[in-house]
Amino acid sequence: MRRVLIALLAGVLFGAGLAHSGMSDPARVRAFLDLFGGAWDPTLAFVMVGAILPMAVAWRIRRRLDAPIADTSFVLPATTGITRSLIGGSVLFGIGWGIAGLCPGPAIADLVIAPVPAAIFVAAMLGGMILHRLLLAPPAKQPHLETPHV
Amino acid sequence: MNWTGAMPLAGLTGGLLIGLAGAIILLGLGRIAGVSGMVARATGIASGGTPWPIASAFILGLPLGALLVAFAFGPIATRFPTSVTALVLGGLIVGFGTRMGSGCTSGHGVCGLSRLSPRSIVATASFMAAGFATVAAMRALGVTS
Repeated sequence: MRRVLIALLAGVLFGAGLAHSGMSDPARVRAFLDLFGGAWDPTLAFVMVGAILPMAVAWRIRRRLDAPIADTSFVLPATTGITRSLIGGSVLFGIGWGIAGLCPGPAIADLVIAPVPAAIFVAAMLGGMILHRLLLAPPAKQPHLETPHV
Repeated sequence: MNWTGAMPLAGLTGGLLIGLAGAIILLGLGRIAGVSGMVARATGIASGGTPWPIASAFILGLPLGALLVAFAFGPIATRFPTSVTALVLGGLIVGFGTRMGSGCTSGHGVCGLSRLSPRSIVATASFMAAGFATVAAMRALGVTS
């Protein structure tokens, strides 16, 4: 229960951050990606800097912890292994992001702010995820247990 | 440049909230605050990984947080594409791509970059480049969304 509440709190903070920073506005995100429109909007870059600062501190703190505060172990993805899937998938994601101005977080947060278009996008996004599972069914994704830091 | 319409301060403070949320998930629960992965887990599309209750609570929090901001500061701008084709096509590709590439702007862009993860650096460079190129191509072809 405690862990669920922690996750909920983090989700609320994350959603509030998206809404407050203007990232829940697809037109603003597209304006950042639009280098040749004469109206480039750098806001997204400020969001990235703001988000990376506390995370960089968190990664440093993490090195001193044997286990997370409210769970038994760290379950973190591998940092190495540049694969075709990684690059191809990311390129695809970027294309969809450019078309609609939406990535998963803002799309979910917008479900209550602009329900109709957000629901259309989210439904299609879930369809894309299911399609990936059907077509490329990755060999049962196991979370990588991170090797201890040296 | 559109610095008049830009929101550097709100961007920075909103970003700090996002990073704080990521830090809570990392240090509290030992996991990555990646929205695409959490969505796949919460919906049952992905099996394994973050426990379902945790992923679901995190995803449920996103719209709640947006609502809080709307109540506190007034209406939030959400200028969506008017084209349903753009929404559907964009959604499909984003869903497929984030699963194939194991992450999106939050997991790779925020959590991975701050970790200096080579995989996330490559992923973020890839989706940023593709995003810039897509919008440029749409502009060149006169396609609006």
